[in-house]
Amino acid sequence: MRSLLFKSLAKDPVTIDGPGADARAAKELASTLDDLARRVLGRSLVIREIDAGSCNGCELEIHALNNPVYDLERLGLKFAASPRHADVLLVTGPVTHNMRMALERTWRATPDPKWVVALGDCACSGGVFAGSYACVGPVSAVVPVDLHITGCPPRPVEILKGLVALLDAASRSGAAGGRSL
Amino acid sequence: MVRRSRKSSKHAGAAPRSWPRRVVDAKAWVAQAEALGRGEGDLVALFGEADRVHMAVRNTAGPQILTLAVNDGRFPSVGSRHAPAIRLERAIRDLFGHEPIGLADTRPWLDHGAWPLAAPLSKRRLAAAPRSPTEYKFLPVEGEDLHQIPVGPVHAGIIEPGHFRFTANGETVVRLEERLGYVHKGVEWLMQGATVERAATLVGRVSGDSTVAYAFAFALAVETALRIEVPVRAVYLRALMAELERIANHLGDFGAVCNDATFVLIHAHCGILREQVLQASDAAFGHRLMRDCIVPGGVATDISAENIRRLKALVEAIGPRFRELVTIYDDTPSLQDRTVTTGTVSGDLVRRFAAGGYVGRASARDFDVRRDLAYAPYEKFAIDVPTLQAGDVDARLRIRLLEIEASLKLVRRILEGLPRGPLRAPMRAAKDEREGVGLVEGFRGDVFVYVRLAADGTVARCHPRDPSWFQWPLLEVAVKDNIVADFPLCNKSFNCSYSGHDL
Ligand code: SF4
Repeated sequence: MRSLLFKSLAKDPVTIDGPGADARAAKELASTLDDLARRVLGRSLVIREIDAGSCNGCELEIHALNNPVYDLERLGLKFAASPRHADVLLVTGPVTHNMRMALERTWRATPDPKWVVALGDCACSGGVFAGSYACVGPVSAVVPVDLHITGCPPRPVEILKGLVALLDAASRSGAAGGRSL
Repeated sequence: MVRRSRKSSKHAGAAPRSWPRRVVDAKAWVAQAEALGRGEGDLVALFGEADRVHMAVRNTAGPQILTLAVNDGRFPSVGSRHAPAIRLERAIRDLFGHEPIGLADTRPWLDHGAWPLAAPLSKRRLAAAPRSPTEYKFLPVEGEDLHQIPVGPVHAGIIEPGHFRFTANGETVVRLEERLGYVHKGVEWLMQGATVERAATLVGRVSGDSTVAYAFAFALAVETALRIEVPVRAVYLRALMAELERIANHLGDFGAVCNDATFVLIHAHCGILREQVLQASDAAFGHRLMRDCIVPGGVATDISAENIRRLKALVEAIGPRFRELVTIYDDTPSLQDRTVTTGTVSGDLVRRFAAGGYVGRASARDFDVRRDLAYAPYEKFAIDVPTLQAGDVDARLRIRLLEIEASLKLVRRILEGLPRGPLRAPMRAAKDEREGVGLVEGFRGDVFVYVRLAADGTVARCHPRDPSWFQWPLLEVAVKDNIVADFPLCNKSFNCSYSGHDL
């Protein structure tokens, strides 16, 4: 184990330079995101993820945000276990009827100011499952949505871009209130 | 002690195993259910239609499907004679309104009382009987100083929703009862009358982590139905994608289990290796998870010489770095202490439930579709099927590690032997009704897809069955008598699918 630790220390960081083109995009997004988080909230941005009917594909790319290549936490973004600690609700899937109440309860448990991001085609429009008896439809049919990030699933860098856009809009409007977009 | 058997699969030949289907009477249906109850053969699938029910089994007579007409809305329960069928029958009742005669559990399973109609897949338009989704009678508990811990459906991590009702005596889990169905999206209803292309996009989104395995099984089912011969280059590319999906998922699970045991170093490095596999897949096939790449008749995208070189280099680079992580896992007693003898499942239980994948193989169930019901191109390769005995978290993890090694070799051999040629056979319209089955070894176990096409080529019925149906119940057994804190570890070592199960 010590040899791996030593090698990891000796090597240059894998975080940004690992992947190809994505790295440059992530690098460019990273700094703007961190400043915005500081300016808008004075601290990092806390996210609570809710799967409201996803096929699990979107979850896989959200997991990727936490891997050392994208390494969300160094950008001032963090996932929280409880909605009570969250600024942003990241919601995936065509809201199924069976998840509607849980989504509403989690939304109510999230203190203001809060933002809701609909992640993935299903969350944005119901996706391929639109019209099913089992689905309510897009997230916006259940809770107010501040930002839509399309894709099936959206790539990690596209998710990062979305979070930057959200913070940028929030900080431009200067208001702390989540609903001011 | 790792046992590896490569007994060449009894069913050589590239033609996908055909699944003869015959209509039976109630007596033969009950006899088959009782045979399963005695441990003769495996229950592979149990699913309904508006006017019939189907039971897919695999026994000494080979794979086959029994069909029983349902005239008065009832059919003899298989679940009352063979436990693995219980939840499947509760789902049939919810979706088709057919009552399994003799099934003790009368509670709905997928229907939480929130749908706008009842029995959505039945012919009769039944008005909904709305209930509060929280109204669900969990099994009663007696005994002092027992307390219940409700967990979910929204969980602390980034994970699919499901409810886990723990009954604990202090720190020890006395019972875990699962409640699923939260992400039920009505996939089978949406596929009724759909074109094959539309159904393919739906099947590829039943479970995002297994989109290749599902597309593969669906394609095999359609090709069997329409007797389409897939070009050999496409067949090799399908196996390449399936093995890349397996490697990426196993790397993710290896890291996640160590992370749940608070050992972040392996989690971080597995995250890097997994990301490299996803990026190489993205470059080669245009999608990180390789979604919509396998299509009925062949594959949608070709792979360039440059990407073949990149994948060959990736496989060479990952091997040694992955083995270094395995050494660290072996050399860390604190990790072993958490995984060894935690979440044990007996060999008898995995055989009774015909539990596939690492769940089965970690408890000595020696079954892998790529070897035992070989489908193209796997009959061309010697498939190494490692099994262990212990059936605990450590064994389920080690099976994944052995499978990563085997899949890295397989990817290398597939790339070396990749033949030239077309990517897709033309789709053929049949003038009459056709049906077919696809069974594929997904990373989590065998994915079964039955499809019947109407004369006009649209989907009359399509039933995808996720391997989790026969793994979720075993998780309830695995956590018994373990400490509550070890549940995340056990759960991650199973990594069952919620969306694949809920459909
Ligand atoms: S957008 Fe795609 S990946 Fe995300 S939940 Fe929907 S089907 Fe799955």
